[in-house]
Amino acid sequence: MAETTKTGTAPVTGKKAGTGALVSRRRRRYSVLTRHDKLILTLMVGIPLAFDVALIWGPTLASVVLSFTNWDGIGSVTAKNFVGVKNYENLFGGYLFFRPALYHNIIWLAFLTVVATPIGIFLAVLLDREIHGTRIYQSIFFMPVVLPLVVVGFIWELQYAPTDGFINNALGIAKGHHLIDWLGNPSINLLSAVVAASWRHVGYVMVLYLAGLKSVDPTLREAAKVDGATERQTFFRVVLPVMAPINVIIVVITTIESLRAFDIAYIINRGKNGLELLSTLITNNSLSEASLVGFGSAIAVILLLISLVPIVSFLVSVNRNPT
Amino acid sequence: MAVLAAATRSRVRPQPLRRQLSRAALHAFLVAMCVVWLFPLAWAIYEALRPISDTTLNGYLSWPSGGLSLDNFTTAWTQANLPYFYLNTLYIAVPGVILTLVIASMLAFAMSQFNWKFNVLVLMIFTAGNLLPAQVIIIPLYWIYLNTPLPDFVSDNGLLYDQYIGIILIHVVFQTGFATFVLSNYMKTITKEITESALVDGANVLRIWWSVILPLCRPALAAMATLLFTFIYNDFFWALILMKSGDKRPIVSALNNLQGEFFTNYNLLAAGALLAAVPSVLVFIAFQKHFVRGLTLGATKG
Repeated sequence: MAETTKTGTAPVTGKKAGTGALVSRRRRRYSVLTRHDKLILTLMVGIPLAFDVALIWGPTLASVVLSFTNWDGIGSVTAKNFVGVKNYENLFGGYLFFRPALYHNIIWLAFLTVVATPIGIFLAVLLDREIHGTRIYQSIFFMPVVLPLVVVGFIWELQYAPTDGFINNALGIAKGHHLIDWLGNPSINLLSAVVAASWRHVGYVMVLYLAGLKSVDPTLREAAKVDGATERQTFFRVVLPVMAPINVIIVVITTIESLRAFDIAYIINRGKNGLELLSTLITNNSLSEASLVGFGSAIAVILLLISLVPIVSFLVSVNRNPT
Repeated sequence: MAVLAAATRSRVRPQPLRRQLSRAALHAFLVAMCVVWLFPLAWAIYEALRPISDTTLNGYLSWPSGGLSLDNFTTAWTQANLPYFYLNTLYIAVPGVILTLVIASMLAFAMSQFNWKFNVLVLMIFTAGNLLPAQVIIIPLYWIYLNTPLPDFVSDNGLLYDQYIGIILIHVVFQTGFATFVLSNYMKTITKEITESALVDGANVLRIWWSVILPLCRPALAAMATLLFTFIYNDFFWALILMKSGDKRPIVSALNNLQGEFFTNYNLLAAGALLAAVPSVLVFIAFQKHFVRGLTLGATKG
């Protein structure tokens, strides 16, 4: 077989394999496959695809359809349930919590982007040099990434609790009337929650960025050094541009993590009183407390539309830089 | 040995004082950051080790007067019946990881070793599905789970809802997207000629998948297994919404209820939360290399 392959594609060696060679290759391969093989391969792809469509893309589409109804989740959806864009009008018009939730997601994203992600990148750059104990440092910064988000939330509750938490006790305000209610005060609890989330996000970004830095061709840096570039110049002018694909991934991951934010807000107070997020509004309106299925679906559609931005950028970036 | 290496290096190329100072500053900064990073965890451990009587008497910010003990851990363990919830997690995580690996490796094999017309599209469908926030699909999914009849031998209430099989299913479907993306990138680096020659030798595709391709993917599979276990173990959302019975929930999803019911003071809560985190941390310590490789395989080979 190796020989036949060679004769078939001998003239084409480099990356620029002509389409002709590709086609002939493919034809040969399919002739080797028996009908049984083809059936198995089709099932290998087809069955998971069917499940993926049934449990992820089907429900995504259903959310869009339901967002135009006033369905309460009981019985079946009939023509009478369709109310046009009324849910969206309510969302942008009268509903008190939609705008705050949207802002909270944006603040969450902004904090991760402006504070947590740069810290992670900075740590990665520091740890990328040859220094003693780099692995120990890495493990320590990475440790919160392994913990369940719920446990991260509890660990930070021990810091934030009004009378029993570390922060207020350390500030000496746990006993007085001026204690700061880090998780109860609606004007600061979002920041408290996102700090807890950042504790985890920094390590995540650091590890991804370190892997990216390791994949940068060392001769590039040496060349820059020989040309007399300082370390800072080398990083901004040489390393950063080469890392464009990993930069996209980090932006995508940061955005998606902010849109997915749920667990920490939920265990603090079920995502209310200053901690409203799009994700908690969806479950609170349609599943756990009320059964405004249509209305909750409209929020889900908004979340979907926002999520499509990072998802599409990720797919575009992946397809632009194959392997 | 490290000292020796440093010594020889400095003999060969004596380091200027400024450079040594900047090294020292770097380490000082990193150590300070590590202290900040470890503090919340260390504080949780400290609180968990202190008896509640001690903290009530002296406040939380104090040195232990009556010594430290593991009492909070044993109380949390027995009162909240934690072993039971660990077992619930195991029922979900073990089949979840195995099924995801089997399905994703088949998908990745079929798509990376053969040329299909819709390869890219199919891979995109799986990858994009994995990136969607769970809350986008949860409302219709909840309805599907309440309305899909299942035979008695897989579901004791005849539904997907409130069943281990339902939670396993959504984990497998969701994580397959991620695992397929990573594994197919890995398999693309295996030359197709291996599959071709095995076909010519008369092996069928299942045989090639199992005894040719999978052994070559061992490092990627180990990385994925570690990562998937942690993902499934750490998940809070699916079982929170798709399981009604508190006593069936896996430990991480159960923590929220346990908090109100059994972890009545912060010392107990600290102990309970730490115990719940132990398996993730153990897996990470044991398989750190795989874990990090799994994450970076997903991100850098994209």
